[in-house]
Amino acid sequence: MMQYIPFNIPFVAAALLVGVALFIFLFKRNLIKIVMGVAILSSGVNLFLIALGYRAGGVAPIYTATPEGVMVLPVPQALTLTNIVITVSVIALMLTMVMYIYRHMGDIDAKKSRLLKG
Amino acid sequence: MEYLTVHSPILIVAIPLLAAFIIPLLSRLGSKVRDTFNVSLLGFVTFLVAILAIDIYANGARIYTLGASVPELARPEGYMVPVRIMFQVDGISIFMGLTITVVALAALVYSLQFVKNETGQDRFYSLFMLLYVGMIGLVFTGDMFNLFVFLEILSIAGAGLASYRVNLADAVEGGFKYIVISAVSALLVLFAIGILYGQYNLLSIAALANTMQFNTLDMIALAMLAIAFVMKLAGVPLHMWAPDTYAVAPAGITPMIYMSSAASMYALYRVTFTLYGGQFDTMPIGWVVIILGVLSMFIGVMMAIYQTDIKRLMAYHAISQSGYMLLGVGVGLAVLTDPVALANYGRDAMNGGIFHIINNALYKGMLFLTAEAIFFRIGTRDLNKMGGLAHNMKWTTIFFIIGALAISGIPPFNGFASKLLIYESVFRFNPLLSIIAMFVSLVTLASFTKVFYSAFTGPEMPAYREVREVPKSMIIGMGIMVACIIFFSIFPGLVVDTIVAPATDALIDQASYINGVMGAAP
Repeated sequence: MMQYIPFNIPFVAAALLVGVALFIFLFKRNLIKIVMGVAILSSGVNLFLIALGYRAGGVAPIYTATPEGVMVLPVPQALTLTNIVITVSVIALMLTMVMYIYRHMGDIDAKKSRLLKG
Repeated sequence: MEYLTVHSPILIVAIPLLAAFIIPLLSRLGSKVRDTFNVSLLGFVTFLVAILAIDIYANGARIYTLGASVPELARPEGYMVPVRIMFQVDGISIFMGLTITVVALAALVYSLQFVKNETGQDRFYSLFMLLYVGMIGLVFTGDMFNLFVFLEILSIAGAGLASYRVNLADAVEGGFKYIVISAVSALLVLFAIGILYGQYNLLSIAALANTMQFNTLDMIALAMLAIAFVMKLAGVPLHMWAPDTYAVAPAGITPMIYMSSAASMYALYRVTFTLYGGQFDTMPIGWVVIILGVLSMFIGVMMAIYQTDIKRLMAYHAISQSGYMLLGVGVGLAVLTDPVALANYGRDAMNGGIFHIINNALYKGMLFLTAEAIFFRIGTRDLNKMGGLAHNMKWTTIFFIIGALAISGIPPFNGFASKLLIYESVFRFNPLLSIIAMFVSLVTLASFTKVFYSAFTGPEMPAYREVREVPKSMIIGMGIMVACIIFFSIFPGLVVDTIVAPATDALIDQASYINGVMGAAP
């Protein structure tokens, strides 16, 4: 039983990160904090994917010249890598938009900068 | 020709993707060169989509595997499961592909004059092509991970385009809402993909559907996927971003962003029908989709009534019309496991719902274009400040009347054809739903009558005496859509038989989707 506990810790952490991010989306109004929420959500998902692919004592999945033993799964790592790249561009775009909103409104509080409602 | 047919799935995605990065270079040669290049390129892609469509309607679904010695070879020799990146184009995919391409062509032609005086046009067209690639890839792809990647491509390009006019504060705000919603929904999709991959070690949709166990984790993944796609298609509890983003996006882009919502709707259908179809009882999911549809229909149109901003009003109508599609296909989903009910009315309901996707893309897209044509000339979207525009903008007025009649489901326009299919078949499933749908249609007519009276009729207003008709490319852009609307209105039966029925069959027939990749069942 004891040996399974360390395995679950990454999944718990991933769930916590996703939970924190959802909390931010629901209750925070500062636009920068919303951008941070996206970053945290993305980290949670990345951690989840990496933890999925990890095998205890595994080696890097390079087919040429590997030592004997279990390999970690390569596909989740490829997914994670793609997601990191995408998240970087999304966050860059979001921060640009926050910058423009700040220039126009002089504020980054979502409650105050509400031109669009109804 | 044979070569083009075989390779068309990848060419349709690759050509605009490459063009997106060539366009900034071509802009150096002058705007004439760039515009000619864009239109002829999208024309060529339309041609490719057409030959792919003809091939699919004649010979059934087509698979394109990247990196395989033969593109149709889904599984490498000696492997039990598909491991390569794959496009799997069947009836519903090519149906969405055709819709998206027609809308994109009209929107591109319209945009030529519309953004003529703006700065950063090369980036505008780059993002336009990327948005097109994202949508086409989303509907063509055969594996879950590329679904996520294309979802992100269309989100980023769409958000960039929605806030293209950064000099307007509300444009940036609308774009920001869109990217937040998109990022959250895409990450939810990725999380669900992680759950599925963790259990089955598979990413291909067909292989996943083949081995699906329907345990608790799968249901959690289904809930996440459904929430993500409903968020992206602006179904009612999660629709808050749509009016903001639709209202502020530049004219040619609003129909495109609307189409990206429709592509997300396709993803929802693909997941519920193909990935989770089969032995599983789909009645509860069907009812969830139906209730979402009814809520979207009703709340969307009720919110539309009191809007004074013409584009926000149309955006709420777009949400309301999405409800019809969800309702029609939801009824089909609810009775999917009951062959008698499916044959009696389920198939017709789905035909109606799917036919409504293309009808709505045409007339709703066209109405967005007319709204922005007004904004282009008089510089306001406020209905209370408009009046008497029919005196000077004759083409826009005629196009608006056609679109308004079509969206309200007035015979003989195409909106009537698809709505009639939905009313009749849904009535046999549950009469109350059908009555709500008819009521919503009436309110839609009332709302568009209001727009018509306040914007176009009345005496010529002194402030708008100098207003002229919009430039020629904008009229041609709207004209492409009107031509399609009129064609669909005259021959609804032909359209349903040729392109809608194969799409419905492709959704219902999960086994052939799986067999296309996994080979016939042993």
